[in-house]
Amino acid sequence: MVAGMVLALNGDEAAAYAVKQCKPDVIAAYPITPQTIIVERLSEFVADGELDAEFISAESEHSALSACIGASAMGARTYTATASQGLALMYEMLFVASSFRLPIVMSVANRALNSPLNIWNDMSDTMGARDCGWIQIYNENAQEVYDFTIQAFRIAEDHGVLLPVMVCHDGFIVSHSTEGVETLSDSEVDSFLPPRDPVYPLDVERPVTIGCVGVPEYYPEIKYQQEVATKKSISKIKEIMNEFNEDFGRNYGIIEEYRMEDAEVAILTIGSASGTAKDAVDEMRTEGKPVGLLKLRLFRPLPVKDLRKALSDVKVVGVVDRHISFGALGGALNMEVRAALYEMKDRPHVMGFPTGLGGRDIRVEHFIKIADELLKIAERDMLEEDYRVVGCRGPGCIGP
Amino acid sequence: MKTWDEVPFAGYILEPGNAESYKTGDWRSRQKPVLSQEKCTFCLLCWIYCPDGAIVRKEDAVEIDYYHCKGCGICSYECPSGAIRMKSELEET
Repeated sequence: MVAGMVLALNGDEAAAYAVKQCKPDVIAAYPITPQTIIVERLSEFVADGELDAEFISAESEHSALSACIGASAMGARTYTATASQGLALMYEMLFVASSFRLPIVMSVANRALNSPLNIWNDMSDTMGARDCGWIQIYNENAQEVYDFTIQAFRIAEDHGVLLPVMVCHDGFIVSHSTEGVETLSDSEVDSFLPPRDPVYPLDVERPVTIGCVGVPEYYPEIKYQQEVATKKSISKIKEIMNEFNEDFGRNYGIIEEYRMEDAEVAILTIGSASGTAKDAVDEMRTEGKPVGLLKLRLFRPLPVKDLRKALSDVKVVGVVDRHISFGALGGALNMEVRAALYEMKDRPHVMGFPTGLGGRDIRVEHFIKIADELLKIAERDMLEEDYRVVGCRGPGCIGP
Repeated sequence: MKTWDEVPFAGYILEPGNAESYKTGDWRSRQKPVLSQEKCTFCLLCWIYCPDGAIVRKEDAVEIDYYHCKGCGICSYECPSGAIRMKSELEET
């Protein structure tokens, strides 16, 4: 492919094209809407001889990730993709992959979980997998999907990280929307992403045992080692992102600020809703309302210090989750942002707004309603509700 | 015991064949075989039957490896000359 071509790709195709350029050795996957296009394209690349990889059509997502674990343990660059029920079926193996410290990259086209049966977008799938020890990166559009799929391999395989990475994009909204994507040439990708250098590959000449019993006398030490590695990966992720920015003229961060100057209230988003929220912020700013936006890109590991710094000067934060953690404080993002800010001296009020459930559209007017609510809280300096669902008919909710 | 920054990467076992140094005789409960060298005829049936390889064959005698013996009693049962007696370990403590 010619250097720097702008290609018309949807989010799934952007992921597949980036993966092809990253030259994985093994791809094991099972198709599930809205991720299917990714593995369809990749199987075509392999069948057409454009990608020299072992493509394993597994009989389930549990098997797909199991195959990836085996391949990655051998030292292969390994990739898979899934969504929703597929990720749920992988759950057991998610922990195994991260605990083995295997640098598997997985795309997730975020989709709601059953029941009722729903194939549309929300983040119940990956948010539910937040404690599995995987790095989680959330993307707003196809360009970000492309750029972060490439960075994901570099992050995962870095010897200062060695953790699996989930690269998430909203199902249909991003996965099936075609956009212009500025691509890199194969040689640019090659220069950014060297071949994998596995630390302890399975090798008969140098035998190791992976996945042995961890009795109570050793389990905590092994788990704390994993916790330290995960926390430490934040600085490495920033470093790699900066290198990508410098090499290819991008401007990415783990948290991105939009019109946060002199903002009294901030909306915090994740994923594709960020674009809609920016329009709402623009409208509010035109009316002279001090509203800003923070887009969180890295959810695992949670950039606690960066969140504190970014939100130190606002009076109120509205956290827009795209799922509900039943019976708690709205969504996981809301709870974690609150927890992160709790020990700050002049901490802002934090209110959650779970929205966009099961593909319900999030529109500019929703964000304007959220921002108005935040401005009211700022005025009375008091929070009356921990969260309120947006985009739902009936009492107690902010309407559709 | 090793601290979190000393245990091997992700709990991998980096030395092959180290099961040898694992003292599985710690699991033994209640009874252990006691060998009478006077009665022993060096027929080696115990050495053949021991499922844990806990009978050590020397030049002209056998010894019991208590680091790996689980106390199953098969050696005592098979011994044709009554040279191996199972003794309660509860009495000892």
